[in-house]
Amino acid sequence: MDDAPRYRQAIETALTSTNRPAAIEVTGLRKSYGDHTVLDGIDLTVQAGTVFALLGPNGAGKTTTVRILSTLIAADGGEARVAGRDLARDPDGVRAGIGVTGQYSAVDALLTGRENLILMADLHHLGRREGRRRADALLERLDLQDAANKPLSTYSGGMKRRLDLAMTLIANPRLIFLDEPTTGLDPRSRRDLWEIIRGLVADGVTIFLTTQYLEEADRLADRIAVLNGGRLVAEGTAAELKRLVPGGHVLLRFADPRSLDDAARVLPVTSRDDDALTLQIPSDGGVASLSILLDRINAASLDVRELSIHMPDLDDVFLALTERNAR
Amino acid sequence: MNALTDTATMLRRNVRHTLRYPSMTIGSVFGPVIMLLLFVGVLGRTLGSGIAAASGHHGGYIDYIAPGIIVMAVASGSMATAVAVCVDMTEGIVDRFRTMPIARGSILAAHVINSMFTTVASTASVIAVAVVLGYRPTTDPVSWLAAVALLLVLTFALTWLAVAIGLVSGTPEAASNGPMLIVFLPFVGSAFAPAASMPAGIRQFAEYQPFTPVIESVRGLLTGTPAGHNPVIALAWSAAIAAAGYAWARTVYTRPRAS
Repeated sequence: MDDAPRYRQAIETALTSTNRPAAIEVTGLRKSYGDHTVLDGIDLTVQAGTVFALLGPNGAGKTTTVRILSTLIAADGGEARVAGRDLARDPDGVRAGIGVTGQYSAVDALLTGRENLILMADLHHLGRREGRRRADALLERLDLQDAANKPLSTYSGGMKRRLDLAMTLIANPRLIFLDEPTTGLDPRSRRDLWEIIRGLVADGVTIFLTTQYLEEADRLADRIAVLNGGRLVAEGTAAELKRLVPGGHVLLRFADPRSLDDAARVLPVTSRDDDALTLQIPSDGGVASLSILLDRINAASLDVRELSIHMPDLDDVFLALTERNAR
Repeated sequence: MNALTDTATMLRRNVRHTLRYPSMTIGSVFGPVIMLLLFVGVLGRTLGSGIAAASGHHGGYIDYIAPGIIVMAVASGSMATAVAVCVDMTEGIVDRFRTMPIARGSILAAHVINSMFTTVASTASVIAVAVVLGYRPTTDPVSWLAAVALLLVLTFALTWLAVAIGLVSGTPEAASNGPMLIVFLPFVGSAFAPAASMPAGIRQFAEYQPFTPVIESVRGLLTGTPAGHNPVIALAWSAAIAAAGYAWARTVYTRPRAS
């Protein structure tokens, strides 16, 4: 009986957390250029404070989606609320609530890094002192202070991308669009950027990320949607998506077609590739099942050139989902 | 209010670009100065006596062509804006501006104001070179002011036209080639020879094209040749070019973009 108020409180907390306003709500988004349909009715919801990754092959419509949601181009149909504002009726309201870092560096190449940041601060009407304070703080946070007063021609790709992100961050947007933020970066710069993005999420910023790197989506995103041919073909957490494809397998590579035939006769093969001379055998990746497989290989004296273990990852999901529609 | 603040911010950016990379501005001085040297130093003696015979114009040939060269300087200075605008539009930074809550017109307004400054500077340099080469305006301060005002109005008009050309040009190369026609238009006007001395057809074109009344007005105001209705026609042309250039630029700039 005494517990009743506590239950009520728990229920209320649960209700308010599910009622938290979505940062992005999209229904039936459509866009075509002439006969070419780029987006064929997209529905998606991004909860505030989460990372949402839009995954897809080149030309799937990822960038078009970002350009529409960030007010750069108009949709042909559908409804969207972004940062609490209606995209079509109040684009300036949307602009006031978002930050965008695009695929290509949106920086002024003729200015220095610090000048770029102050330009952004001035355009956001932050005031002279506050603007300079935030510019210097961001230069330090994104490890650009040594290059702050150098022209951008001396910046590396990773530095330009960090400056680009700093320019987005200067207004403290609560919703940030990152369109392929790490494309073309070396592995270290990519990891640095991931760290920065994680820091933003920890501060409660909502991130809408597009990427072709599945690892990136896997590491950063709370929810992942796969876009293919202008439609969302799957949506869920990384774990949910991985369940969509068959389990793990062992891949055996052979030296010649005869060894391949011999092995195919005695092993429980699920898939065979005559060009690559490979066979796939289902496996949970455990040592026990592997030693059984090795015993059978030895018993039949099969000439296996190479053995590798594959557990399902987003690559498999991605390939499975996008292959279906590839034509 | 925000429109003014944002334009001032954008203008600071443009001024910084110009000061840091002044090659475009310096380049727009070169053309007219080379013309001046060529026509005065190389061809001046022959052309000068021809002009004197054809129009009764007295004084050196430089006094005749300097106003035409000055107008060319205004044209080439203004038209450099096309390249600046085009380069700006192909850079990613403009996409960033478009996703920010800033006054829409501030980018273009800043380009126009910056171009007014640079064109005044480049035209003043060309006038200075002309004076060094022997150009001697014989006029009072009021007429000087009137000539400067007329040239400023022309600069404003041509700059808006250049902004529109810059917006529709896909590449900086196209943005620099298109305006060449406009910069060389004074040739087929009264810049280097009186329109009346030209063959039929070309003569009518030379008489009625927009640069001729401007050149005649500047010539009249600075060296006292008869200007007639030319200042009024010049202002009307400038107003028409400014309105057309502004409307064109505005349409292109605010048009929802395809991609």
